[in-house]
Amino acid sequence: MDPLVDNAATWPDAIYAHFKRAGIRQVGYVPDAGHTRLIQRCIDDPEIADVVLTTEEEGVGLAAGAALGGMRAALLMQSSGVGNCINMFSLIKNCGFPCLVLVTMRGEFGEFNPWQIPMGAITEESFKLAGFLTYRIDHPDDVDDVVGAACDMAFDGNVAIAVLLSQRLIGRKVWSK
Amino acid sequence: MLDRRELVKELLVERDGLLVVSGLGAPTYDVAAAGDHPLNFYLWGAMGSAAMIGLGLALARPHARVAVITGDGEMLMGLGSLATIGVKQPHNLVLVVLDNRHYGETGMQASHTNSGIDLTAIAKACRFAEARAISSEAELGGVRRLLHAGAGPIFIQAQVEAENLPRVLPTRDGNEIRVRFMQALAKI
Repeated sequence: MDPLVDNAATWPDAIYAHFKRAGIRQVGYVPDAGHTRLIQRCIDDPEIADVVLTTEEEGVGLAAGAALGGMRAALLMQSSGVGNCINMFSLIKNCGFPCLVLVTMRGEFGEFNPWQIPMGAITEESFKLAGFLTYRIDHPDDVDDVVGAACDMAFDGNVAIAVLLSQRLIGRKVWSK
Repeated sequence: MLDRRELVKELLVERDGLLVVSGLGAPTYDVAAAGDHPLNFYLWGAMGSAAMIGLGLALARPHARVAVITGDGEMLMGLGSLATIGVKQPHNLVLVVLDNRHYGETGMQASHTNSGIDLTAIAKACRFAEARAISSEAELGGVRRLLHAGAGPIFIQAQVEAENLPRVLPTRDGNEIRVRFMQALAKI
């Protein structure tokens, strides 16, 4: 948990509300500062199986297994974790599973850590190459509309879709010694 | 040492509503050789994902039993998933690792288990309710009961002969495998 990220922002609640509306019952995640509030909402909800992963690629298998069993799942990860998933995305594409991924972006807007930049810079292209549609959100007012559309696209349109929550939306991470 | 085909056949006979996920390579051929079944989800790729597919399925279907049948190389690629499963403690999930200590699909190179890396000990350390290594036919009955009725999560490491058997190839069409599985699941 990172006390420097603004966890008072309420846009994660709009994402959670769409999870409930869409009937999402499994949420796989790797602990992440930007997703802290949403993760806690999911943990607190007895109707949602929250699955903490050791690496993001585990989540792709989890989502495929959930879909196979007729249950809707969502994955939460940071942009650096997207690269960990690439080969596992073949499961989604080959079998035609729906897949909803919400990505907190690093390495793009005022990033202080050079190690976040290489993956952050190719996150959206990586998703596209792996067969995902992508939506990007820069402003809190757009979260409700865009995430709602993404949920419907994933599970009614039966596609793989990634929503990129930009670093500008999440808030620049403040670096202090 | 066990015969992998005989072992898988014995575990899957009279399987009722058992849901099966098979890891890529020889385990997929072994599961197909035991008798094609719509409730088999055959993997042909996504190496390292079998156990996690099993977890997602087990959480989605808490009243069904889920068996993941995979190889030592595939399990080694997804070791972290043992810790993830240990956190969730799914009572209806069984992992069966057919351990031949080699990568049979790529030319029989030695795997990490060949150097004594102990998958059963790792599973125990990851809080599996039962983790057992077997190597003889005398242990088969107990393992079959464990797979079909034991309280999970269960981990079974079966020591099998290192041999390349004739391939029994199920369909490679992922959409067909998925749709067939989901349609069969909807009826139980």
